[in-house]
Amino acid sequence: MGDFLNIFIKSAFIENMVLAYFLGMCSFLAVSKTLSTATGLGLAVIFVLGVTMPINWVINEFILIPADLEFLRFILFIAVIASTVQLVEMVLEKFSPGLYTALGIFLPLITVNCAILGGSLFMVSRDYNLSESVAFGLGGGFGWFLAIIALAAIRERIRYSNVPPALRGLGMAFLITGLMGIAFLSLTGIDPAVFAGWSPPVAE
Amino acid sequence: MAESTELKTGVVADNRPEEKQPIFGKKEAILITDPLLDNNPITIQVLGVCSALAVTSLVYPSLVMAVAVVFVCGLSSLFTSLMRNIIPKAVRLIVQLVIIATLVTLVNEALKVLAFPVYKQLSVYIGLIITNCIVMGRLEAFAMANKPWRSFLDGIGNGLGYGLILVAVGVVRELFGKGSLFAGSPIALNIIGPSGATTDYLINTAAESGIGSFFGWYANNNLMVLPAAAMFVIAVFIWIQRSYNTKLVDVS
Repeated sequence: MGDFLNIFIKSAFIENMVLAYFLGMCSFLAVSKTLSTATGLGLAVIFVLGVTMPINWVINEFILIPADLEFLRFILFIAVIASTVQLVEMVLEKFSPGLYTALGIFLPLITVNCAILGGSLFMVSRDYNLSESVAFGLGGGFGWFLAIIALAAIRERIRYSNVPPALRGLGMAFLITGLMGIAFLSLTGIDPAVFAGWSPPVAE
Repeated sequence: MAESTELKTGVVADNRPEEKQPIFGKKEAILITDPLLDNNPITIQVLGVCSALAVTSLVYPSLVMAVAVVFVCGLSSLFTSLMRNIIPKAVRLIVQLVIIATLVTLVNEALKVLAFPVYKQLSVYIGLIITNCIVMGRLEAFAMANKPWRSFLDGIGNGLGYGLILVAVGVVRELFGKGSLFAGSPIALNIIGPSGATTDYLINTAAESGIGSFFGWYANNNLMVLPAAAMFVIAVFIWIQRSYNTKLVDVS
């Protein structure tokens, strides 16, 4: 449990997907114009990251490594992500139309969101085990969600400010992201090792 | 099928007979030069920002990354364009992803053999070329509706436009952040800094006389090494570009 929390905190705040690694930047900049759509995309990212990460872990551990086929990793991972997204879309449409209409348009976008593939590749290069990769997926997704709603909220406000014309829109989005990145650097002060020995209190 | 892609992407297919056109005429030159500035993938189209920014803290990895993207972008456009009439529309995204992923795997294995230190440095970002939006974007918007040769040039042009920004950001960040250029490559240059026992800088800030003695106050800007600096540098590029070309200004 402690390790789980440790990796969650680390991937959500300290090594934030967007602000420290620039993963998923395209959709981050394109879909952050209004808060409501940003929230929808953020939730979809958490969901897909949390689902694809363990699947890719299993594939990597039980198919690619034993068969010595590691050079096929990119193709298999992207295929898993594309088909998971498709599957999730179909399941949601059938069983949860409410959530489907909320996430609907964003799900296909997510296939080419670098945060998803990047998460899986980081998982491999850091040798995570199954529970760690679930924590990394959820934590990374949560960090991405936080960053995009923060940027969207700021961009909604900045529309009322007098920005130099040449910086309007895209330029400001880049500047704000940079400043947010610096702000998130202050979170490197958190020591995730504090959670290493932590376990949930047992009810008596 | 050709008509529907036209409608979808808004790009008009070039259906004129090919033999009347020069192989590399004015139109083809525009395909390469347009994405360099006025239609730059990063500063104007906002595609492919994702996988690139983290590698720009040094020039050499940015250069390698740029070459890799030019290669993948050009060849994937060529192959997609060759197959554009036989790809069923429903599965075109998957087919495109497979083409791109195959090319990226090639680049990845080649880099592992040829330049292992850079391969280590780029780590997951080579793999992330697969989800790089420029590659996919150009396939959807151009290669699915145009002849192979033109698509190939368009891919190369967009790859170069992307590489240009990447290397430019890399130069700014490395020069001001580390005082060197091309560090880690065979042509490494140490521009400015205090010369020590192992390194010799062009402008030696620790020198008692000469040009270096005027730069005693100089210190590396550590902000430039941080990932956030890439955002600022690109924002400044966008600012400069849009002040010169006011047509590009965002009205919203």
